[in-house]
Amino acid sequence: MRRRLIPCLVAVLGLALAAPAAAKGIVADVDDHLVEITTDFAGQDILVFGAIDGPGDVVLVMRGPAGRVAVHRKERLAGVWVNADSIEFEGVPSLYGVASSRPLFEILTPDVLDRYQLGVGRVQFRDVAGDVPGIGPFRTALVQQKKKQGLYADRVGRVTFIGATLFRANLHLPSNVPTGTFLIDVYLVRDGRIVDAQNMPLVISKVGFGADIFKYANARSIAQRFAYGVAAVVVALLTGWLAHLAFRKR
Amino acid sequence: MLGALLDWLLSFQVYLPIAEISVSVLLLLALGGGIGFLSGLFGVGGGFLMTPLLIFIGVPSPVAVATTANQTVATSVSGVLAHWSRENVDFKMGAVLLSGGVFGSLVGVAIFSILRRYGQIDLVIHLAYVILLGSIGLIMLAESVRTLRRVRRARGRAMAPRKLHQHVWVHGLPLKMRFKKSRLYISAIMPIGIGFVVGILSAMLGVGGAFLIVPAMIYLVGMPTSIVVGTSLFQIIFVAAVTTILQSIENRTVDVLLAFVLTIGSVIGAQFGGRIGARLPGEQLRFLLALLVLSVAGGLCYELVARPDDLYVLQGLTR
Repeated sequence: MRRRLIPCLVAVLGLALAAPAAAKGIVADVDDHLVEITTDFAGQDILVFGAIDGPGDVVLVMRGPAGRVAVHRKERLAGVWVNADSIEFEGVPSLYGVASSRPLFEILTPDVLDRYQLGVGRVQFRDVAGDVPGIGPFRTALVQQKKKQGLYADRVGRVTFIGATLFRANLHLPSNVPTGTFLIDVYLVRDGRIVDAQNMPLVISKVGFGADIFKYANARSIAQRFAYGVAAVVVALLTGWLAHLAFRKR
Repeated sequence: MLGALLDWLLSFQVYLPIAEISVSVLLLLALGGGIGFLSGLFGVGGGFLMTPLLIFIGVPSPVAVATTANQTVATSVSGVLAHWSRENVDFKMGAVLLSGGVFGSLVGVAIFSILRRYGQIDLVIHLAYVILLGSIGLIMLAESVRTLRRVRRARGRAMAPRKLHQHVWVHGLPLKMRFKKSRLYISAIMPIGIGFVVGILSAMLGVGGAFLIVPAMIYLVGMPTSIVVGTSLFQIIFVAAVTTILQSIENRTVDVLLAFVLTIGSVIGAQFGGRIGARLPGEQLRFLLALLVLSVAGGLCYELVARPDDLYVLQGLTR
């Protein structure tokens, strides 16, 4: 990672010097736009680096693809804990993380933080059924559970400056990181206002044997899922038969 | 030294693609081997222990159920081949059981996916297992205690021979069929019905259902004991195979990698279990198995009634 940083920074510096007249106040990139989850994946740091055109603060937000999540509340029924009420939310980012050069509340007003959804507590998602009374605890529980799973975090890394204009940040992806196309937003903050922004995609995908199994098992077409089931049966038949042969001989 | 070696062995983790958790390979082999050993020792399928133990180690319960069905195919094949070579399989009876079983599996998978959609599948699987294991465990415990006492009291006294078969209400049903191998002329409705119930159990709990078929076929249908086990294994292969395919299509919960590792463990374990079981006092072992089954039931029961750490649970929804 460190060895890769130098050429990266040189590239950014070149970019910044080559286009001094461009209106861009911030340029940034990720060292690798593709993160591969293999069978021994145990989490990974990704490096975001860039430059700004003058003094200011930098805020990074990383969001996983949005999806639907049901939140069930357990209640005791005849001595047994059962899932009682449940509320469905949509537009829930599968992962959410922020990194900034200084604490968010020091550089931006609550209004702006709300508008740009900066900070775990400010992530917005809609409930499918429309406003249901008593939804508050479900919303809080969703965020709490995501935090507990390590998927929502207020500080996934620190933005550090190298000199006055170059910055870098390591963002941590946990081992249970969901797959899909992530979006990283980069903001330049000056005098309590966001003056420039850029975003970049980050693709996280499973690769290798495990990924192939997952792909076939979750294929869209019924024919492929049928084929997966048949393959699972054939593997089992063969293993059982081979076991019979192996132990009969002895 | 030994601890370091164990740590090293346990460090081989495998990421299970459908269960979406990382587990030690050694743990899975030990789990498969242990259950295979028990099934060899007692001649039980072991599916009814496999599913709850997979849930204990963190496999989501829908995945545990569907994967156990897949693994049951493998263990039943190696079992039935052994019985076939001794000509202890009534294929016609197996086919009749199977026709009910396939239909039961269809119904079971449909119920399964409805319950899953409403977020209640965990609860139903847990409850069903507590009832199932609780009752099996208690029956086995009572049976083994009774036998232990009887053996102690009257060692060596021969048991009265049972009648070959008795005429009960079952024999009055229509749709009679002749089963040469089992020496029976009975209505097909009863075996179809038994197959149907076992199909539902296979789909919803992952179990093979021998614990249900074997006594039902002996006491309700009057099939000779020697043929029941092989025949039940024969039909379980197909019911478990159909369940595996239906679960793959409908619920996408079959983890073929998990099933494979468990199978490797269980076929090896079953060989050792079978050999040792032939030499050890059966009734004491049955007593121990009853205690094991009851303690698994107790563990699942505790999970149901204890106040959970989190009152809220998330469920990711596709589409």
